[in-house]
Amino acid sequence: MPEDEGPPVQVRRLGSVPYRQGLTLQEARVRERREGKIPDQLLLLEHPHVITLGSSAQEDHLLLTPQELIARGVELCQAGRGGDVTYHGPGQLVGYPILALRTHEKDLHRYLRDLEEVLIRALAAFHVQAGREEGFTGVWVPEGKLAAIGVRVSSGWITSHGFALNVDPDLSRFSAIVPCGIQERPVTSLSRVLDRQVSQEEVIPRVVQAFGEVFRRTMVVV
Amino acid sequence: MARIEVPMPQMGESIAEGTVSRWLKKKGEKVQRDEPILEISTDKVDAEIPSPEEGVLVEVLVEEGETVEVGTIVAYLDPDAEAGAGAGEGEAEGEQPAADTAEAPGQEASPELEPAAPEAATEEAPQATPQAELREPAEEEEKEEAPAAPEGPETAEERLKTRSTPVVRRIAEEHGVDLSRVEGTGHAGRVTKQDILAYIEGRGEEGEEEPAAGTTAPEVAAEAEAPETPSAKAPSAPSAPSDLWTRFYNEVQHPEFPVRSADDVETMDKIRRLTAEHMVLAKRVAPHVHSFIEVDFTRIDGIRGANKARWAEQGAKISFTAFVVWACSRLLREFPQVNGTVSGNNLIYRGNVNVGVAVDLDPGLIVPVIRDADDLSLVGIGRRIMDLAERARSRQLNPDEIQGATFSITNPGVLGTFVGMPIIPKGTSAILGTGAIEKRVVVVEDPETGTDSMAIRKRCMFSLGYDHRIVDGADAARFLARLKELLETFPEDA
Repeated sequence: MPEDEGPPVQVRRLGSVPYRQGLTLQEARVRERREGKIPDQLLLLEHPHVITLGSSAQEDHLLLTPQELIARGVELCQAGRGGDVTYHGPGQLVGYPILALRTHEKDLHRYLRDLEEVLIRALAAFHVQAGREEGFTGVWVPEGKLAAIGVRVSSGWITSHGFALNVDPDLSRFSAIVPCGIQERPVTSLSRVLDRQVSQEEVIPRVVQAFGEVFRRTMVVV
Repeated sequence: MARIEVPMPQMGESIAEGTVSRWLKKKGEKVQRDEPILEISTDKVDAEIPSPEEGVLVEVLVEEGETVEVGTIVAYLDPDAEAGAGAGEGEAEGEQPAADTAEAPGQEASPELEPAAPEAATEEAPQATPQAELREPAEEEEKEEAPAAPEGPETAEERLKTRSTPVVRRIAEEHGVDLSRVEGTGHAGRVTKQDILAYIEGRGEEGEEEPAAGTTAPEVAAEAEAPETPSAKAPSAPSAPSDLWTRFYNEVQHPEFPVRSADDVETMDKIRRLTAEHMVLAKRVAPHVHSFIEVDFTRIDGIRGANKARWAEQGAKISFTAFVVWACSRLLREFPQVNGTVSGNNLIYRGNVNVGVAVDLDPGLIVPVIRDADDLSLVGIGRRIMDLAERARSRQLNPDEIQGATFSITNPGVLGTFVGMPIIPKGTSAILGTGAIEKRVVVVEDPETGTDSMAIRKRCMFSLGYDHRIVDGADAARFLARLKELLETFPEDA
């Protein structure tokens, strides 16, 4: 394992960042990473209520009109990532890895599976047995979907976007969309699964540790 | 001139296709080596594709929004051209994949479709016959017959592979879908993930496709979840000619009407679209007849009142619908035709009693299913209904909770309607509509003296919609009479 160890990953906690601002930030980080100005990073943050449309988003997976969404204080954004429609909001742990994938990592599906693995391992620390569903990217428990994944790989195999783990969001907010275009699949949260209120503080160290294990990196919390 | 091919790159071992989401460079523009030239998306990933060489983008073969296999040439670069070259050229040259796919299968594969990816390089030599077997009979013309899609004598399994990604095949297998029946919108008629998901969603619980060869039909319809390998089914795919009636009974088109200036126009959302299609097909296929009977609910009203507190202690609220579900589920075994369906030339009598109960989502409607309702007590049914309705409204139902109904109940009466004439869901033979329960003055006869008198009773009109191909009028009448009797003498210990 040590010989396979990649460069360290900086972990940056950004708190609550509006979605659009997060997009600009990621673009800048991707550029800086490509130019070698920054190391690999894992950005951890939270977004205010927003519904985002991935590149394969279908309008009819949005169950409310843009006007109705605005009336509910929900922003609507084009995301620049793969995937369909999703919701982000407080109580969700959003992770944006800005990584320059190494040669053996340059496989889009492998990258998706690796991200799933990170979350599956992190959840195992809470004795939650989460898993994958064939054909439906994301992390699942029998009660429903715990995490959504949608990524972008920019020129030079630099990643952005990433995962959104439902730690303790207001699940009713998902009712405005058909999450990820998967009809009739419920969305759930770690709080609901454990039947207690789970905080980001509990989850973040687990995710960071699992990220280091799966991607074989030393995680440096800045 | 030496033009450089830009193939759809292999972005991962298990990635077989990609959708061009955006061209970052226009025809005639100069690109540097490794400069992003286009953006592709494959299920959950967007990726920028860098240019393999420096040159001028002289030809774009794949438009934004098109999905092509890995290895397909998406553009040509000319390393020697000046910027601006080729910008004026028309796009309608015979080199576009779209044009190629329309060609006769017998022709040589066009050079530009020569797959660049090593794993695809073995696919060649298109032949008409093996592919023809795979075609949906009603499908249109050679569009599906891409020379780029494969090959010589090999198994149906292999042929199917070339038309779909592993993900699509896995989904198809899990849902028992014969991929050759799914219309593909991807490159060369390839079935994309969206296609298969839309197909499964549109299909609902029943194998609504016309029975493959009569013999397999009952199994297909009986257990939609039963995995059915594509290879097993493909060879027996029907070769029946597409004819007017097949299409009439399988395809739905909604005629358009002129919009007037003061009108609002809104695109149907998915639930509405699927509902619309289902309703049209259900009504087209099954000759509907409705019979009515009035049921006295006075006794049930009393039972409800007397037990309310006790049930509440058990965490249950027993609606009138629960009583109706209980009664129907006890009777359906006596009336197998009411708990069955017509499938091709066969009649299927269902082995389970799964009662669908319509839940108003306002807007929209969903029909969760109480499985094996005949095994449940009244309280059990009441609880199931509460749970399903609540989760239907919060959109937390699992797919298998809205599938597999063998009989349905809808309750237009909840909003005060006298009664309705419901449409029979596809793949079943009957649906019960219950009207509003109201106090009415009725004539009752004293059992001892035979004297008539007027009484105020709680009454409710029932309508049974049934498929007259399988349920005769007398069967329906007997079913309704038994239902009335059972409800009016409702056992205390149900």
